[in-house]
Amino acid sequence: MAFVLTQTINGIVFGMLLFLLAAGLTLMLGTMRIVNLAHGSFYLLGGYIGYTVAQRTHNFLLACLAGLLSIAILGVLTYKTVLEKRFAKETLAQVLLTFGMLLIISDVCRWIWGGNPLAIPKPEMLQGTIYLGSIVVPLYRLAVIIIGVVILLFLWWFQEKTKYGAIVRAGVDDAEMAQGIGINISLVKTLVFSMGALLAGLAGVIGGPFVGLSVGLDIEILLLAIVVVIIGGMGSLRGALVGALLIGLIDSFGKSLLPELSIFTLFAAMVVVLALKPSGLFGTR
Amino acid sequence: MKDRKSILRIATVLVLLCLAPLFLPSYYTGLLTLILIYAIFAMSLDILQGYTGLASLGHAAFLGTAAYIVAIINVKVFHGPHFAIELLAGVLSAGIVAAIVGLIVLRNTGTYLLMILLASSMMLWGIAFKWRSLTGGDDGLPGIARPNLAFMHWNLHNTTDFYFFVLLFFVIAALLMYLVVRSSFGHTLLGIRESETRMTALGYNVWLQKYIAFIVSGIFAGLAGVMLVYYNGFVSPSELHLVTSAEVLMMVILGGVGTLFGPAIGAGIIILIKNFVSAYTEHWMIILGALYMATIMLAPRGVYRLFKRSEKRG
Repeated sequence: MAFVLTQTINGIVFGMLLFLLAAGLTLMLGTMRIVNLAHGSFYLLGGYIGYTVAQRTHNFLLACLAGLLSIAILGVLTYKTVLEKRFAKETLAQVLLTFGMLLIISDVCRWIWGGNPLAIPKPEMLQGTIYLGSIVVPLYRLAVIIIGVVILLFLWWFQEKTKYGAIVRAGVDDAEMAQGIGINISLVKTLVFSMGALLAGLAGVIGGPFVGLSVGLDIEILLLAIVVVIIGGMGSLRGALVGALLIGLIDSFGKSLLPELSIFTLFAAMVVVLALKPSGLFGTR
Repeated sequence: MKDRKSILRIATVLVLLCLAPLFLPSYYTGLLTLILIYAIFAMSLDILQGYTGLASLGHAAFLGTAAYIVAIINVKVFHGPHFAIELLAGVLSAGIVAAIVGLIVLRNTGTYLLMILLASSMMLWGIAFKWRSLTGGDDGLPGIARPNLAFMHWNLHNTTDFYFFVLLFFVIAALLMYLVVRSSFGHTLLGIRESETRMTALGYNVWLQKYIAFIVSGIFAGLAGVMLVYYNGFVSPSELHLVTSAEVLMMVILGGVGTLFGPAIGAGIIILIKNFVSAYTEHWMIILGALYMATIMLAPRGVYRLFKRSEKRG
């Protein structure tokens, strides 16, 4: 029983992390039709930048801020200089452009931070553990769940309850019409893209203490985020949440029960969803 | 006139390919062998990409599966080369993977399909990476022997003989793929690329045609995998990795989507650049990444088309 509870909590924690990544990815894909293969690189680079800041300042909050801000800026630059003008509608071009970025960022990270795995130290406040019934839970993991829920609520509130959320939805439904009534679509899209990048950068720092930072993690985490988006359906935040929790749980149980074939269990989940609903659980197409 | 011209051009290329080992140092003959292998791989992707309009970021799945099957048979089952069995098993296994994956994914199109294929092939990578007892995990499977074709007076450990061995398969594969895209089936695929709804209205079973194209493409990619594993004498999870899939996609785009022979040129360019850059710097990934980005920004239609266009103008 303790085993099941521990793995469930681990799964939810990892799921929350995946949600931060997949939320950005699904918005880019669903609302802007942009394939961003560098999303995992945003995560990793954000984590590494957070690591350096945490080393220098011993302040985890500053590390988070540095990670998310730098990646948000990188997101704006990426969108403005590379993706926006000529390639807004060419999927293949986007794929190779962002893959080129993936290669460059991966090599730059290896250059600066070396090939050995690193971990960001947990903030001092959250180093302890608490007892939930019979099991021991690190405080930090509970904090990750809380951060995930807060961001989830914020995103929901932003999209459904604010004027800006309405503008984003309008831009998605009919970009030309939205432009016609005076909405700056280019600005909206830049903001959505950089928001997605920001969440990825933040996820990199938050994941730093328990997932670690290592060469190749960019593609591994990208793969998981893509599977979450496929399962949840493109463009759906609700889908990203359900998919992320599902994949987090499957990953957690799969790794402890069938370590050699853990990735196969993810594949099985994807296949089942696609067989039942080709557009993903909450996909509209 | 046009036909005679292209026949002349193909003949010239063939003669040059046959004479190449006479002039080239053995290192470059080896490199040319690798280019031919990747040319088969890139052309097989073009059947999907260029002729059917199915974007794929998971083509390494077929190359890698065939490579692993050949390696496992070679190293673990027979402890030595059994060429006919290995070739058949490799190519068939790639076809079977294509048949299974195609069954699941081909109801989707466009970006969504691209992502699903990416995920599927990376799952195979994950299995190859984790299943140590069978695949050797990260270390891969070394010590794969090249086929023994002594009865044809071929010694495949010799670079030149191995080059002609691969060239033979390249010519057969290129010819078959050419026949596929020129056949009525190939024209149906072009029709699907242009408008699925129209082809459905004309009474074609669009799903089935795409499914067959997917399997055909997978089989040829498998052939490239079989050749690659003999070339390297070694197989590792990187054969199944996203990096390989993106590389072959880049070859197709660089060469020109939907030109069949263009991707072969694209394969040559990428292999050569990778080879030279990695000889000079360990940061070849930065160069390659920048090259990908520059290509898309400067020549998004491919070099083969640039070449054809200048010819028409002139």
